[in-house]
Amino acid sequence: MPPPVTIALLVAIAWYLAGRRIGLMSLVGLLFLWNLRLWTPTMQTLVLVTLATLAALAIGIPIGIFSALNRRVWKTVSPFLDMMQTMPSFVYLIPAIPFFGIGPVSAVFATVVFSMPPVIRLTALGIMNVPGELIEASDAFGTSPAQKLFKVQLPLALPTIMAGINQTIMLGLSMVVIASMIGAGGLGREVWRAIQRLDAGSGFQAGIAIVIVAVILDRVTQAMAARARPAPID
Amino acid sequence: MTKERVVVRDVVKIFGSQDKEAAALLRDGVPRNEVIERTGGVIGLGGASFSVEEGEILVVMGLSGSGKSTMLRCINRLIEPTAGSITVDGTEVTTLTPKQLLQFRREKFGMVFQHFALFPNRTIAENVEYGLEVQKVDKAKRRQKALEAIELVGLKGWDAKYPRQLSGGMQQRAGLARALAVDADILLMDEAFSALDPLIRRDMQNELGTLQRNLKKTIVFVSHDLDEAIHLGGRIVLMKDGLIVQTGYPEEILLNPADDYVRRFVENIDVSSVITLGRLASRRSPALPRHKSVGDLREAVAAAEDPILVVTCEHNRPVGCVSREAVLAAKPDAEIASLIEAEIPTADGSKVLKSALRKLSAHPAGLAVTDADGRYVGTVTQDMALAALTGTSAELDAAAQSERENAWTGASPNSHWTTSATTPSPGSPSTSPH
Repeated sequence: MPPPVTIALLVAIAWYLAGRRIGLMSLVGLLFLWNLRLWTPTMQTLVLVTLATLAALAIGIPIGIFSALNRRVWKTVSPFLDMMQTMPSFVYLIPAIPFFGIGPVSAVFATVVFSMPPVIRLTALGIMNVPGELIEASDAFGTSPAQKLFKVQLPLALPTIMAGINQTIMLGLSMVVIASMIGAGGLGREVWRAIQRLDAGSGFQAGIAIVIVAVILDRVTQAMAARARPAPID
Repeated sequence: MTKERVVVRDVVKIFGSQDKEAAALLRDGVPRNEVIERTGGVIGLGGASFSVEEGEILVVMGLSGSGKSTMLRCINRLIEPTAGSITVDGTEVTTLTPKQLLQFRREKFGMVFQHFALFPNRTIAENVEYGLEVQKVDKAKRRQKALEAIELVGLKGWDAKYPRQLSGGMQQRAGLARALAVDADILLMDEAFSALDPLIRRDMQNELGTLQRNLKKTIVFVSHDLDEAIHLGGRIVLMKDGLIVQTGYPEEILLNPADDYVRRFVENIDVSSVITLGRLASRRSPALPRHKSVGDLREAVAAAEDPILVVTCEHNRPVGCVSREAVLAAKPDAEIASLIEAEIPTADGSKVLKSALRKLSAHPAGLAVTDADGRYVGTVTQDMALAALTGTSAELDAAAQSERENAWTGASPNSHWTTSATTPSPGSPSTSPH
């Protein structure tokens, strides 16, 4: 797919999800990246982040839900989350290699592990913080546990869950860059190469490209989170 | 006769890990302090029994921590009772399986919460239809029912708004609509109006009364406010420390407080705005039909205690008064009508004492109290009014007694007590069953 088409598509998505301001900002940012000749690595990074995030959410959200509904699960999961978040991120690269070898698969694996804690934690927190009175109200009207989850708990926890998704994407992006050490392609590799050659110029170029990608992802997901919040007062 | 919808028997709720043990100790008559010490539990309910009749508003009253909200939640098992039995329409609630309980809650109960508990992410209409939604009622049908309920509580036109766009009073109307929309005919209302400011609260109380007259739901209303309880006009279950201290209609509680706790509770209530003339009226002396002769009535008059007697017409309406002495002194063949000394002012028995005070002060002989059709019920004198106001209720007790015997059937909504006085209410006045 030629870059202009991709840019148009991404800008349209950003515009739709987050409004005109962020749509235009994305347009400028993406054109700039194209101009820097970093288009291909940017797309590689974006794909890695997207894959890793989807995997992290697919595993993390259910774990978060279980943790919220069952105290024992939460007590088991919680220390693991603490550990996962305090462990230096480089460490995750090591066990990935023997399993998946050097390359993008290992990178995605390490990224998933590293970026999962926020979405687990915030999903659980969002559900646990649904006011007891609302849970009582749903019980009083004869809500089954599944109905309670899908009609009450998840919708009310959605803003918090969205904040968790945002965090996960941001952590995923930072990890994808680090994972270039084990052969992930993309902008991380540009940075890694610049370090090896002591080439400050191209290092900054790649760095700025990462910042632009991060800002776009962050703003779009934040706008989605804001949309999930209940309607404000007129 | 009235049907008992909800029957609560010896319900115990202990919060704590050794709840069953604690309940067993309580049942064996171990003192509360000792139970608490031995098991480390907290006694939420120490054995409460009462029943709710079809179509009545039962107010469960007490200060915070008295167990009233716990009691309410035990009825639909939002809180699991530790021991005891609760039946709703003959079904034992405490042994229902989770699935049965779910169905039972859907069919039987609508609940209204103190802080409204509306879902902030749903519009008013979506909130109101929630109960139907979980019952998987068809979308168009549930929306139609929701809109009907919304109109019923006076929120027409607000259905597309979100709860936080509404004032507290309106939010609670929506909460009420949500409970009404499910067509469950038992309403559980947990301090439903306590979070509203006083004027709105009074409006809502009045409106609940109006709704109730049309809908005839069975309502269990939890409140900490005696004024509110009296205003709602139903029976009151007074709780303290997880026990029921007294059960009865407001007048019964005001006039015969079961103990010092209840007495302190009712101390600041204006008796004259609660007690009705029908209740207060003395039936000690017979009315004298005007067409009868003195001879026919001499014995009855001689036995009468009141110095002034009321003369009634053929339709038993008061037409005047005559002193006892005059009747006793008259010739046996004289007609009562010829002895009438003065007119006697009348007062409607369903009105409260307060409304008749001015009239009473102008007529030392007293007032003839009538029922809704103008028929004579009894007399109220200044002495009786004073006695009632000052709480020296010896005379009133007698009045209450005689009233139970010749059940006065007033047609006013304020006069539930007449129908109840004959049906003994379980648990009343049970000071301490354990």
